[in-house]
Amino acid sequence: MEQIKKYNLNHLRELEAESIYVLREVAAQFENPALLFSGGKDSIILVHLSVKAFWPARIPFPLVHIDTGHNFEETIAFRDKLTEEIGAQLIVGSVQESIDEGKAVEETGYNASRNLLQTTTLLDTIEKYKFDAAIGGGRRDEEKARAKERFFSHRDEFGQWDPKNQRPELWNIFNGKKNMGENFRVFPISNWTEMDVWQYIYMENIDIPNLYYTHVREVFKRDGVWLANAPFMTRKPSEKVEKLRVRCRTIGDISCTGLTESTADSLEEIIQEIAATRITERGGRADDKR
Amino acid sequence: MQEEEFSSKAYLDMELLRFTTAGSVDDGKSTLIGRLLYDSKSIFEDQLEAVKRASIKKGNETVDLSLLTDGLRAEREQGITIDVAYRYFATPKRKFIIADTPGHVQYTRNMVTGASTANAAIILIDARNGVTEQTHRHTFIASLLMIPHIVVCVNKMDLVDYTEEAYEEIKNNFSDFAAKLAVKDVRFVPISALNGDNVVEKSKKMLWYHGGTLRYILENIHIGSDHNHIDGRFPVQYVVRPQRDEFHDFRGYAGRVAGGVFRVGERVKILPSGFTSKVKSIISYTKELKEAFPPMSVIITLEDDIDISRGDMIVKENNGPKIGQDIDIMMCWMSEKPMMLNGKYAIKHTTADARCLIKDVKYKVDVNTLKKVTDDKSIGLNEIARVSLRTTKPLFYDSYRQNRKTGAIILIDEATNTTVGAGMIV
Repeated sequence: MEQIKKYNLNHLRELEAESIYVLREVAAQFENPALLFSGGKDSIILVHLSVKAFWPARIPFPLVHIDTGHNFEETIAFRDKLTEEIGAQLIVGSVQESIDEGKAVEETGYNASRNLLQTTTLLDTIEKYKFDAAIGGGRRDEEKARAKERFFSHRDEFGQWDPKNQRPELWNIFNGKKNMGENFRVFPISNWTEMDVWQYIYMENIDIPNLYYTHVREVFKRDGVWLANAPFMTRKPSEKVEKLRVRCRTIGDISCTGLTESTADSLEEIIQEIAATRITERGGRADDKR
Repeated sequence: MQEEEFSSKAYLDMELLRFTTAGSVDDGKSTLIGRLLYDSKSIFEDQLEAVKRASIKKGNETVDLSLLTDGLRAEREQGITIDVAYRYFATPKRKFIIADTPGHVQYTRNMVTGASTANAAIILIDARNGVTEQTHRHTFIASLLMIPHIVVCVNKMDLVDYTEEAYEEIKNNFSDFAAKLAVKDVRFVPISALNGDNVVEKSKKMLWYHGGTLRYILENIHIGSDHNHIDGRFPVQYVVRPQRDEFHDFRGYAGRVAGGVFRVGERVKILPSGFTSKVKSIISYTKELKEAFPPMSVIITLEDDIDISRGDMIVKENNGPKIGQDIDIMMCWMSEKPMMLNGKYAIKHTTADARCLIKDVKYKVDVNTLKKVTDDKSIGLNEIARVSLRTTKPLFYDSYRQNRKTGAIILIDEATNTTVGAGMIV
């Protein structure tokens, strides 16, 4: 299904080579990196790329999951199976703990989400384990604000992004030098689009959670987006629960993961659906609409 | 959206083209990018809705495509450094990465950054103004960074009545100027980004133009020869030593091929030690490959047990790079803090780290007139100069002209750790 023209890589192989290069730079330039794993497709391909980058050695960094406690069950099961398969260490940072310790305050109201609280837990986890680089699955095509993000994104000693201290990135030379207490976010799949991610999953036959395929679920509609009917979701009286065939286009905290009506039950069908869709990936993210 | 064209299998065989667009808002750069994205159906409904709302807010009657990418004004207000923005679109033939950079002289460093990874540069010329200082600057930077392909878009043809004469005059002027620079492949296309003429759709107003549309050109530029396939260069990035029983004796050298084609069984030399060996295997995950070429990321194993670490380079036995501590570079200064003559900086070159001393400024280039200035050795932000360096240890390098990977360096301020200079080895 894939042909290598003489000394020419197709675009997916070129993107893969770039991402593997970045992952190896992280391993070489940092002392204590970690891979942020959310259970979504982008972090799943990050893990896949990491396995490829270092094989036959195991990946030289742990997976870190910032757990909001409001997950799809399938996400946790998938996470545990994957970490066991690749023999990686899993570290879980708990948003519930941050709330219990008074470091974060639970949002209230109908649109309450723990998505924003994740930042506190993430920064605490980075500090606790003294990670100097956190690898994430952010892509520049996700939204306008990310279009200028670096591969190596510098954070000051407060974990903050300072636009004045972002370094120009030339050729494939990455500058990971830093002072004590500072760290980096690294985005190896910066140049991938949503379509590239799906095509790569298809090409490499990567296992993904069943949530991405069509399934029947209890859902209700809010602000034009279908949300899952879960125990900790507070519905307004007007929001009626329906049973529909849906799938996730992105997976995150359950409170803000929009579901798409879909009958796609294979990767080919998902790809067709994405090629035909006229709404961006984040159009279904409830947290963007607030 | 043409679904059949995006069938899963066709998409797997696409090539990737990275191009840079230099120009200012006044040249219609944002409109052009907006038009490319819009006419390639890479704009989603929710994005378009947002642009429509913004256009109405601004009092426009039609949808202003430049708003799709334009964050420039907002950035000015917020005082954030204006920067390179990366944008993506795909046609059934190719996937494109646009490095979108503002074009004024004070943003030279952004243009250099965007140009460093580009296969092609789009140079926008306003048909009413013709070739200007800004055109000179953009073309000079494209040639300095050795962007292999240049596409000159003569824009706003609607404002010169779509006349062939206006286009031809600009084409001739540009060609005269470009003859003085190291640009190999230059193409021209008359367009109106505002009306969509010759961007994606062929213009009905310029029947005298027989060439392809901009999108056609971008889809068909031959990029197969953009990498150096002759001089074998493999900078060792990371040494893979698995701590597991079944791979106990495994020692692999991970890296990205920077030049040439490496084949199993071939004799290679390791720098700096000078030891020679043979390529035992080339590994990409669980697959064993026969050969590796740029820009592949692979692991190479050797027949002999040699001490090799990050920053070393595996090269062909009879075709090595230059080795030395005294190098001359063309440098673009990227920091608000001026360059210190006789100052010391950290230097990064391929996977190697060293320190260096800035020994001399030979001349600096006025980026507008391209004249050499020899009596001023002070180098500030956005200035380009020929500089001599002395490094603390030998670098294994080629001239930038021969290899954009092994001929490039960055300088880092050791106090702040920020990247302050980008250099192309002469």
